[in-house]
Amino acid sequence: MSAPLLQVEDLTTAFPSDRGPAAVVDGVSLVVDAGEVVALVGESGCGKSMTALSILRLVPPPGRVTGGRILLDGEDLLTLPVPAMRRVRGKQIAMIFQEPGTSLNPVLTVGAQVVEAIRLHEDVSRAAARARTIELFEHVGIPDPSERIDVYPHQLSGGMKQRVMIAMALAARPRLLIADEPTTALDVTIQAQILELLDRLRRELGMAVLLISHDFGIVNALADRVAVMYAGQIVERGTRADLLAGARHPYTTGLLRAMPARAARGERLAEIPGVVPPPSQRPVGCRFSTRCPARFEPCATIDPDWTMRSATHGARCHAVAEGRV
Amino acid sequence: MSAEPILRVEGLRTWFPIRRGVFRRVVGHVRAVDGVDLAVPAGGTLALVGESGCGKTTVGRSILRLVEPQEGHVWFDGTDLLRLAPAAMRPYRRQLQIVFQDPMASLDPRMRVRDSIAEGMDAFRIGANARERTERVAALMRRVGLDPDEMWRYPHEFSGGQRQRICIARALAVEPRLIVCDEAVSALDVSIQAQILNLLRDLQQELGLAYLFITHDLSVVRYLADRVAVMYLGQIVEERAAEELFAAPAHPYTRGLLQAVPSVDPATPGARARVRGDVPSPARPPLGCRFHTRCPEVFERCPVEVPAAYPVDGGTSRCFLVDEARRAGEAGR
Repeated sequence: MSAPLLQVEDLTTAFPSDRGPAAVVDGVSLVVDAGEVVALVGESGCGKSMTALSILRLVPPPGRVTGGRILLDGEDLLTLPVPAMRRVRGKQIAMIFQEPGTSLNPVLTVGAQVVEAIRLHEDVSRAAARARTIELFEHVGIPDPSERIDVYPHQLSGGMKQRVMIAMALAARPRLLIADEPTTALDVTIQAQILELLDRLRRELGMAVLLISHDFGIVNALADRVAVMYAGQIVERGTRADLLAGARHPYTTGLLRAMPARAARGERLAEIPGVVPPPSQRPVGCRFSTRCPARFEPCATIDPDWTMRSATHGARCHAVAEGRV
Repeated sequence: MSAEPILRVEGLRTWFPIRRGVFRRVVGHVRAVDGVDLAVPAGGTLALVGESGCGKTTVGRSILRLVEPQEGHVWFDGTDLLRLAPAAMRPYRRQLQIVFQDPMASLDPRMRVRDSIAEGMDAFRIGANARERTERVAALMRRVGLDPDEMWRYPHEFSGGQRQRICIARALAVEPRLIVCDEAVSALDVSIQAQILNLLRDLQQELGLAYLFITHDLSVVRYLADRVAVMYLGQIVEERAAEELFAAPAHPYTRGLLQAVPSVDPATPGARARVRGDVPSPARPPLGCRFHTRCPEVFERCPVEVPAAYPVDGGTSRCFLVDEARRAGEAGR
């Protein structure tokens, strides 16, 4: 078997705080194979976006990666000199964000921005880059691409801006696309269009995607494999079917049962009591123990190790280890 | 839940002028709400659903007269709120409350939580004195799942879900009969959203509250609504009993919305993008049926005629297909 495209090992990213460094990402390991879509799911503050930014070495200071390895084709990105890392961004790994509006320069036409992105990575003429941009716009479903190339971001709707961002991300033909909540700011009919587009692109281009999302519907639409994050750690991982049909970790099952989409009308929704503890107040033992309906003796003292239920499906949970859930 | 609605909106029209140039001349209007009829069942929930820019938030604000509509009626207990002078409107402000999406924006950051919750009681002289009001605040906080010992804290010391509980307690403080919830759970994580939805449900059952629940989230609508109104470009395109709407949506836009929601069933993953393109500008809505430019089922009548609200099981649909089916049914009889 060949080496995975991306292999993150024991990644830790910390921010300084009054009580010492707070690990917002705390020992995260994950693998993305070529052409595969892996989803990182979790609620606000679980560390999923910071994991993505760590991979690109874009953690906002004073935060920084304090441990682990990030191997792209076996090469550790954390040890690359800055200019080499800059070449990795965009060329090897591209990223799209939740708010396409804030990532576009308002005073340049959208075409000019994509042309610039192409010429940053490839030695081509302006005219050739412009022709490529029109092709890319067409590819991502922007109508009248030869006219839309000359408009400014404010003249486009949110969905069209996200298509421009995707076109720009594809400009250098990256092997991995990191998509951080790519449809969260969009209306549901537009979200459906973007989901179809992302699914088509990854099939046509064989591009791997690391999808960051809080929405199990979106994960179900795109992901091959899923990792669920809680309080800086991955607590359950498996294939899409493992997690959506057979989740075991009480946090994952709690999230799924809290969804109105899965509840019968009028039936009481399952609540997860309390809130995610901030890094400085994480409990000893299992981090979910203070909110967990399945907790028992070891949970408050011993940090649970992985229990594998199959070759693909595992959870970090004492209750799973002892077959209680 | 009785049959008589607590709130009935008729022919509501709220347009916003578009001004240009040095003299701020009116060059057109954004037709945010353009002839809306609605009824909120007493002690029940009407969900008003639609995508950004459809005008659903403006409907909520028009009902409370936070913006002034140009036309229409808002009947509450037999009184047309839109015909009332500001002083006469005051008692109704107590009966109609609103909870917004972003609690941080609706709570004064320099005001202690006790005072934020008691503000309405002060204004409407509920409770004999400050001490009695403080006791009521404590009871309200307990009721919405907050610790009354924290009433002297400031909003920033609470989490997002707790802040939304504060806003709910504040709305409840004046004993309203109807609460407009404008995307009240949209910004919350799913586990917190479940807590707030359960709370709203419990309060409705205990206090007989009616909700006008404004949202873009169809899974929330399916879960809690008795009736559903689907809004597109300033108009209601379908208004039905919730079960009937979800079982057999009667407008292509409603069908498109429902199919666009990504499934959480691993056997049927994905979303279907049947509604193409973007929403047109509400300043220049398409002629004929406003949805015809994006409709997957468009035919000859759609760009030419304006559809009425045709009757359909449990409500109405503003679609010629419903009209055609009805005519065909009558012809066949």
